Amino acid sequence: MSQPTYAELARVVRDHAGRLAASLVHLVGDFSAAEDLVQDAIEAALTHWPVEGIPDRPDAWMYTVARRRGLDQIRREQRHRRKLALVAWPAEPPPEDRLRLIFTCCHPALPRAAQVALTLRVVCGLTTEQIARAFLVPEGTVGQRITRAKRKISDAAIPYRIPSADELGSRLSEVLAVIYLLYNEGYLSTVGDQVQSRDLADDAEFLAALLHQLMPTEPEVAGLLALIRLHRARTSARFDRDNEIVQLQHQDRSLWDHRAIAAAGRLIAQAAARRRPGPYQLQAAIVACHAEAASWEETDWTQITVLYDLLLRLAPSPVTRLHRAIALRYVSGSSVALADIDVLAGELDGYHLFHATRAELFRDLGDATQARTADERALALATNPAERSLLRHRLTWG
Amino acid sequence: MKYVLMFVDSPQFAADLAAMDEPERNRAYARVQQWFADHHDKVTHHAYLMPPDTATTLRLDRGEPLVSDGPFVEGKEVVSGYAEIEVANLDEALRVASSWPACPVVEIRPIAG
Repeated sequence: MSQPTYAELARVVRDHAGRLAASLVHLVGDFSAAEDLVQDAIEAALTHWPVEGIPDRPDAWMYTVARRRGLDQIRREQRHRRKLALVAWPAEPPPEDRLRLIFTCCHPALPRAAQVALTLRVVCGLTTEQIARAFLVPEGTVGQRITRAKRKISDAAIPYRIPSADELGSRLSEVLAVIYLLYNEGYLSTVGDQVQSRDLADDAEFLAALLHQLMPTEPEVAGLLALIRLHRARTSARFDRDNEIVQLQHQDRSLWDHRAIAAAGRLIAQAAARRRPGPYQLQAAIVACHAEAASWEETDWTQITVLYDLLLRLAPSPVTRLHRAIALRYVSGSSVALADIDVLAGELDGYHLFHATRAELFRDLGDATQARTADERALALATNPAERSLLRHRLTWG
Repeated sequence: MKYVLMFVDSPQFAADLAAMDEPERNRAYARVQQWFADHHDKVTHHAYLMPPDTATTLRLDRGEPLVSDGPFVEGKEVVSGYAEIEVANLDEALRVASSWPACPVVEIRPIAG
């Protein structure tokens, strides 16, 4: 067997770890005990597979490790004896088990950072070290978050269940928020020197796809999946060879994955047919407008403005209003757009894109001095190295 | 699984209640009564507390026991009552608490052991 690449390895672990976790939690009935067994299996896989190759049945392989470790625990620990003794290999856990797992990890009684860490660890099979590296926090911190979260799940009796229909709305949005946060972190990392952290974007797409497979009739789930896929379809055009950001209007559209864009468009249409619009569906529709335009000049700005209006009605936010103003610039002109965002100055003063947008509008209107001041303010606030580089470039040459 | 629901009052809530006329206030109390009636099979114990200015706090970690007036937590939001409930898990506790018709904050804590 040939030696697997890291990406293959990560994918196989991710595909099977969540499934293993789901069946073990279900069988053992103890989140914490099951999760420890899964982690051992993952760590064993990450040690053996790079050398020995990925086995034909990775799930069976991981289960064997988990089971061996479980038997050790039965010998050592009275506490787990009865539960672990019952564990038998299920051919395939029912899909609801993995849904239960996701809803448990994203329970609103857990702090957001713990929801994220727990989901990555339990559903995606990342190790504590990998999570720590992705978020640039000390491994001990991640370990502590996970330990505390597992303790709270057991002490406060957070149930291992899918929320009932009347609770589903808010609980599902908690899950979607975690996935979206993971994706944003991967799309344009806000910390450190990494421009992109592709692993997290991969994991976010995996989670959204899994959730869509498990809840095919939830339009917001489809919306989020489409949104992530549309962004990812344009990945190869987003950075140049020097890792500098290429802005949308200058991107080589032939580098976009047009099949993925078309597929995401169909997903959005199917979701829209359910007539339950939501923020993720609308954001996906906006990104689809950009992705489907043959050129920058052919962008349907009127449609984009309409979609932003709907989005603002469902989920009002100053950042959304800022983005709407960027579209409005092409529909009604730069001075209208500028007047529209000036009212946001109080709320968005600490947000670099607010100042970067103002700079562009001032430049349109021929006010170089104000444009420069705004760009300088944006540069002082930006943290991503690629964004900083773009702003610096504009200050030098713009 | 037993939980304590701690009902927390805010200055706004107290002001709203004070601003009500008699029949309105009676309706508010009736909603609370109704809530206890609706959940009588789960509520194992409950009590309404006297206001925080009736509190006495005893500190035992300063050498001599130190008696002072007022609640230990000097916040604007104060625990005004509590109920002990017995339910299967946190989601059920959340469901019971989310229909609470009075003060604006409810802290839910499992009872140890």
